[in-house]
Amino acid sequence: METTEKYHFDVVRWFTIMAVVYLVIGTLVGVIIASQLAWPALNFDIAELTFGRLRPLHTNAVIFAFGGCALMATAFYTVQRTCGVPLWSNKLAWFTFFLWNFIIICAVITLPLGITQGKEYAELEWPFDILIAVAWLAYSFNFAMTIAKRKTSHIYVSNWFFLGMMVMITYLHVVNSLAIPVSLFNSYSIFSGVQDAMIQWWWGHNAVGYYLTAGFLGIMYYFVPKQANRPVFSYRLSVIHFWALMFGYVWLGAHHLQYTALPDWTGSLGAAVSLAMIIPSWGGAVNGMMTLSGAWDKLRTDYVLRFLVMSLAFYAMSTFEGPVMSSKTVNALSHYTDWGIGHVHSGALGWVVMVAAGALYHMIMKLWNTEMYSDKLVNLHFWMATIGAVIYIVAMWVSGIMQGLMWRDYDEFGTLSYTFAESVAAMHPYYVMRAVGGLIFWGGAAVMMYNMFMTIRMASATRGVGAPARA
Amino acid sequence: MSNEIHSTKFQDKVESNVFVMFVMLAILLSVGGLVEIVPLFYLKGTMEHNKHPEIVWQREEGQTLADWKPGDGIRPYTALELVGRDIYIREGCYLCHSQMIRPFRDEKERYGHYSLASESMYDHPFQWGSKRTGPDLARVGGKYSDEWQRQHLIAPRSLVPESVMPNYPWLAENMLDGDSVVSMVKAMATLGVPYSENDYGADFSGAAEEVKGKTELDAVVAYLQVLGTMVTFEEGVDYRE
Repeated sequence: METTEKYHFDVVRWFTIMAVVYLVIGTLVGVIIASQLAWPALNFDIAELTFGRLRPLHTNAVIFAFGGCALMATAFYTVQRTCGVPLWSNKLAWFTFFLWNFIIICAVITLPLGITQGKEYAELEWPFDILIAVAWLAYSFNFAMTIAKRKTSHIYVSNWFFLGMMVMITYLHVVNSLAIPVSLFNSYSIFSGVQDAMIQWWWGHNAVGYYLTAGFLGIMYYFVPKQANRPVFSYRLSVIHFWALMFGYVWLGAHHLQYTALPDWTGSLGAAVSLAMIIPSWGGAVNGMMTLSGAWDKLRTDYVLRFLVMSLAFYAMSTFEGPVMSSKTVNALSHYTDWGIGHVHSGALGWVVMVAAGALYHMIMKLWNTEMYSDKLVNLHFWMATIGAVIYIVAMWVSGIMQGLMWRDYDEFGTLSYTFAESVAAMHPYYVMRAVGGLIFWGGAAVMMYNMFMTIRMASATRGVGAPARA
Repeated sequence: MSNEIHSTKFQDKVESNVFVMFVMLAILLSVGGLVEIVPLFYLKGTMEHNKHPEIVWQREEGQTLADWKPGDGIRPYTALELVGRDIYIREGCYLCHSQMIRPFRDEKERYGHYSLASESMYDHPFQWGSKRTGPDLARVGGKYSDEWQRQHLIAPRSLVPESVMPNYPWLAENMLDGDSVVSMVKAMATLGVPYSENDYGADFSGAAEEVKGKTELDAVVAYLQVLGTMVTFEEGVDYRE
């Protein structure tokens, strides 16, 4: 039986707590902006609260605040467990923790003030970009050095995925953020027009591909086998799909720019590789799902495992939908519509948050050496997250396809059937439905936060009176 | 772990040395980006003005931006338009409005001629957008009067009842700051946007003159009104092959 003292787990505990807190905050901002699209009066005529300024806050909060803390918590946790050694530097890990959270606070202040580079998911201005690079390198270096001094002979598969993410995000962040400062809080991208567009979506899609997919596959490869208490289904499959995913995902960004002024060869190349990416993506999904073979009965009693399995189902669905949307015929309809938003959220709510929630629950129990305060609340969270995500996605499918069809519809005289404003009006019921789905999902996250704090309180209260340690 | 190798020797080596794995990843991860991005800077076919030079404004000796007329060709933004563009970015307009018309029949009828890559060559950063919660704005210039645009920005639903766009009343109240406009134009010039000395002087101080007494609303309207008006498209010419 291990004691937690063997590893540097305090910093992991804090990343875990902050991940859950940021999940609640980030999704709350999402619910607010979703409501603004349904009821524009909710912009309140206050500059700092308008959709255009809160939307970057929402994306940055969920991707970098929640996603970042979840990735740092899980990577620092699994690398110690799988390498059998404490972190290379506990101090550097704490430095990463404080710097990352400082950046998040800066984002919360500057984004509503309209301080932005104007590139999606890379809105933070240049001083913060430099801080992000420092924090990211500190995180990556610490991780790689911990692997370097490991006790095991081979590097465990989840660490491959984390490492791939770290290298790629460094490339993406540095190149996409190249800009010349105009003032302390203003800068212009050194690239323009078509090149800037390609670089932005090379960044945009690979932030999804490496940060939200490879990184969270790293989570999956540790926590699914652990929680199911079974070995990974196939080692060979993990080798093949890892290298295919690493090589292939990079090419996909161009499919965001089909039929635009980007040369046709680039968009088509991106679309062709996108189609092929079903195979490595499903390699991960199959490997995760099949890990449960022979242990499916656990789903009846293990609510944490439910999160992990449901996340893989969403992952498989979403990575099938993506290639479909990048095929030219579908893209002509789906691009610029809510379908894109729906696709992102089937990945984000269904895959990223669910797999992270499974991992975070697992870690909370291990790190505080206790059971959850309430298993029933874990189950409640599971159902709220699933139902909320499904409502959200369905609303966006319907509205997205409807928008696409309305925009291109002609009447019997050969003129456009609908004005743009009519298509906006037709979206109202689906925007309401989306806000409701988001609210349910947010409620689930709030339940998780409550459950986490009660668990920690319970564990702290019983600590020192000989609470039995968990294996 | 036993000494038995379950895959190839090479994979086994990669898996047992973090440095080798790092180098492998660093190489592999750079390929896609290099292949898709680097040629865009060099292939002549990427920018339409390489084949159709007339779509870019050819300045005659001594001409300034003020001498440009709509349809004369692509030119740098004036100081007022440039600051309007900065406000457009600040307010996150690009999150709901695209500026990229695709070559489809319905888009041509709704928005106009398909967009060219050359049309955004002075856009640092690009404003093509990714979502149309509102309509495309690539050719919105000249479609509505200045008065319409002003009222629409301050209270969109007074003109379009179905709209979900926020009101932007503060644009009419905020005055522009001349000094910061000078540094904006200067930064663009540093990036290679061809401002001439005749436009705003060698120190760009003329940019401050241009925006004196103007509001943010004036700037945004000036920016919107120039969008898509620079190029005169010849009937029957295929600019993008």
